[in-house]
Amino acid sequence: MAEGLRFDELRIAHRGAPMLTLDARVAPGEVLTVMGPSGSGKSTLLSAIIGTLAPGFALTGRITLDGTEITRLPPERRRVGILFQDELLFPHLSVGGNLGFALPARLRGRARRERIDAALRDIGLEGFAPRDPATLSGGQKARIALMRMLLAEPRALLLDEPFSRLDAARRGQIRALVFERARAQGLPVLLVTHDPEDAEAAGGRVITLG
Amino acid sequence: MALSLTRAAPALTLLALLGPVAAGLAGTLAPAFGLMPALGGSEISLAPFRDLLDWPGLPRAVTLSLFTGLAATFLSLALTLLICAGWQGTRAFAALERVLSPLLSVPHAAAAFGLAFLIAPSGWIARLIALPLDWERPPDLLIVQDPWGLSLIAGLVVKEMPFLLLMSLAALPALRPAQSLATAQALGYGRVTAWAKVILPRLYPQIRLPVYAVLAFSISVVDVAMILGPGTPPPLAVQVLKWMNDPDLAMRFRAAAGALLLLALTVTALLLWRAGEGLSARLASRWLVAGGRGRADRALRRTGLGLGALSAALVLLGLAGLAVWSLAGLWRFPDLMPQGWTMRSWMRHGTELLALFGRTLLIAATASGLAMMLTTACLEAEQRYGLRPGTRALWLLYLPLLVPQIAFLPGLQVAALLTGIDGTFGAVIAVHVVFVLPYAFLSLSDPYRALDPRYAIVAQALGKGQSATFWRIRLPMLLRPWLTAAAVSAAVSVGQYLPTLLIGGGRVPTLTTEALALASGGDRRVIGVTALAQTAAAFLPFALALLIPALAWRNRRGMRHG
Repeated sequence: MAEGLRFDELRIAHRGAPMLTLDARVAPGEVLTVMGPSGSGKSTLLSAIIGTLAPGFALTGRITLDGTEITRLPPERRRVGILFQDELLFPHLSVGGNLGFALPARLRGRARRERIDAALRDIGLEGFAPRDPATLSGGQKARIALMRMLLAEPRALLLDEPFSRLDAARRGQIRALVFERARAQGLPVLLVTHDPEDAEAAGGRVITLG
Repeated sequence: MALSLTRAAPALTLLALLGPVAAGLAGTLAPAFGLMPALGGSEISLAPFRDLLDWPGLPRAVTLSLFTGLAATFLSLALTLLICAGWQGTRAFAALERVLSPLLSVPHAAAAFGLAFLIAPSGWIARLIALPLDWERPPDLLIVQDPWGLSLIAGLVVKEMPFLLLMSLAALPALRPAQSLATAQALGYGRVTAWAKVILPRLYPQIRLPVYAVLAFSISVVDVAMILGPGTPPPLAVQVLKWMNDPDLAMRFRAAAGALLLLALTVTALLLWRAGEGLSARLASRWLVAGGRGRADRALRRTGLGLGALSAALVLLGLAGLAVWSLAGLWRFPDLMPQGWTMRSWMRHGTELLALFGRTLLIAATASGLAMMLTTACLEAEQRYGLRPGTRALWLLYLPLLVPQIAFLPGLQVAALLTGIDGTFGAVIAVHVVFVLPYAFLSLSDPYRALDPRYAIVAQALGKGQSATFWRIRLPMLLRPWLTAAAVSAAVSVGQYLPTLLIGGGRVPTLTTEALALASGGDRRVIGVTALAQTAAAFLPFALALLIPALAWRNRRGMRHG
């Protein structure tokens, strides 16, 4: 039944003016790259998939994820993870707190702490749980943000230019890590970017908006 | 927070703001035209107005109200703009910014008492002059309560200038003043002139409503005027209160007519001001592009800084004066300090003060808590449902600050009497909420809207609902501005005189009503003790608002300035 992320004749209009149309399927483990100049509706598309489209936008068509229609679901029930350009770690929580926030509630007590420790070990940040996120380097923050999203057990991944703020050395490393994880977990990925290098590294189809 | 409450919050808030104002105005309007069945007024008549016009002090009282109100507003605004123009972005400005919050939290009455002690013929300033000149006794001058209301104007300026400065500081960053200034200065404009030509025209519309609020407040102020204003006749607002409290109940009709006249005066003054704005804009439109680079720049900068520092010093020295008086034993003129120090004044009034302190803070905490709940729910509704208020809603928010208190509180008192809730704790708290709400909203709305919305999107994408996102992400991240807004609200509540007096019916005394009751007595030691306790009550919430986030986020560098 795992058939990934599907857009069936998705059309978005702003105050009556058509903005974008999309008819596509992203298979599990596949990356679809969306490119286009600013104002072409890339971030509107992401809002539509996440479920946070502002009033004034009209959406027709269907978005389905693993066979379930999510077009009208509230954001928290869609199970679509997103990574932004900034890591957006919650500054009032510790590193462990940020991961715990994402972890489903069914895991309790010790199992919960162990899951967080294992996740940190997994990305080479063992023992970082009590740390203040503001004291981490850019690369460390990016890894925590990725792990936080994965711990919420999403079924699809949206990437909103997530590598553009990293320096050249880190960029390749983090990019490889993200794509590798997505592929390993069989997640369909939608990547929005300006950077042709990102698109190339993603290795999937490229759609240009606008 | 229940979904329905959040959705209903904007409507509830408007009701809490406008209901009392409308009911109060109606309750003032009726007796002004002779209608007050309880006192035998059952026919519409103009008798109350005729009675008012027959009062010989009227022309003088009206002139005083208008003159002091307009002068205080003009001076506060001019000083605010001069300081911003000359010093914004400098180190001196940052120093002034730091004393702004404490200055704002000092209640009007305490600041007025402090100023009175400072400038009185037997005050510190006279003593400083007396020492070298060998005066033996205080000069026989009427400085405090002078017939022109000059000391009243000074008392208003030292408190309203910090308010306008704060409102300007909030509006300025969005205008990107540094870039505009640098551009104009590169074209050869002096700093002050550059500011006046490229920043002011964009800033003024942003602070227009606060300026109007200062004008309405200054025309109708009661507590400061009772301390610093002239006595016979006093400004109209004070006289209306005297009629309200007259044992002869028939005076209520005259009081209502006076209250209505004061409302008309305020509206007139606002229209005059508005016309002045239009005229200035027309005159300035040529000046703006005439190419003058400005000459007196340096003098203007120094004047601004000097007057700003003087204004802050008057408040802070005034508080010091209150403190010295509260601890003074024998203190002869022209000695700068008392001969002996004693705790007697504090001991004698200690128990009574403690009870007043507790009651004042309880009212402040409850009123501020209610106002913050409504405000938070409104801002949350804005985030969730896009229910964003327009410009007109902002006017409504300012309404309780634009309609003179004395114009609608007498009517509200009648309403409270009729429903039997007058003189109760609940009624006093409810009326405080009306005046606290605008400040709560103004303080919290900018930080709330400024929070990066992507944090909430991330939380929702991680599977958390609206309510979890609010309690676990938005509220903790906004802890510092939230507590600051609550502290501002509490300080506003502590300072309320007229609402507490009229709706409390004298049966809910607070530090503020007690301090004002002492004004005519002139016992400086008791006044010092009471006014300091009042200042402490207003200051305590600010201290907590600083302390709690510092403790809660001591290990979170990212939260230190958020």
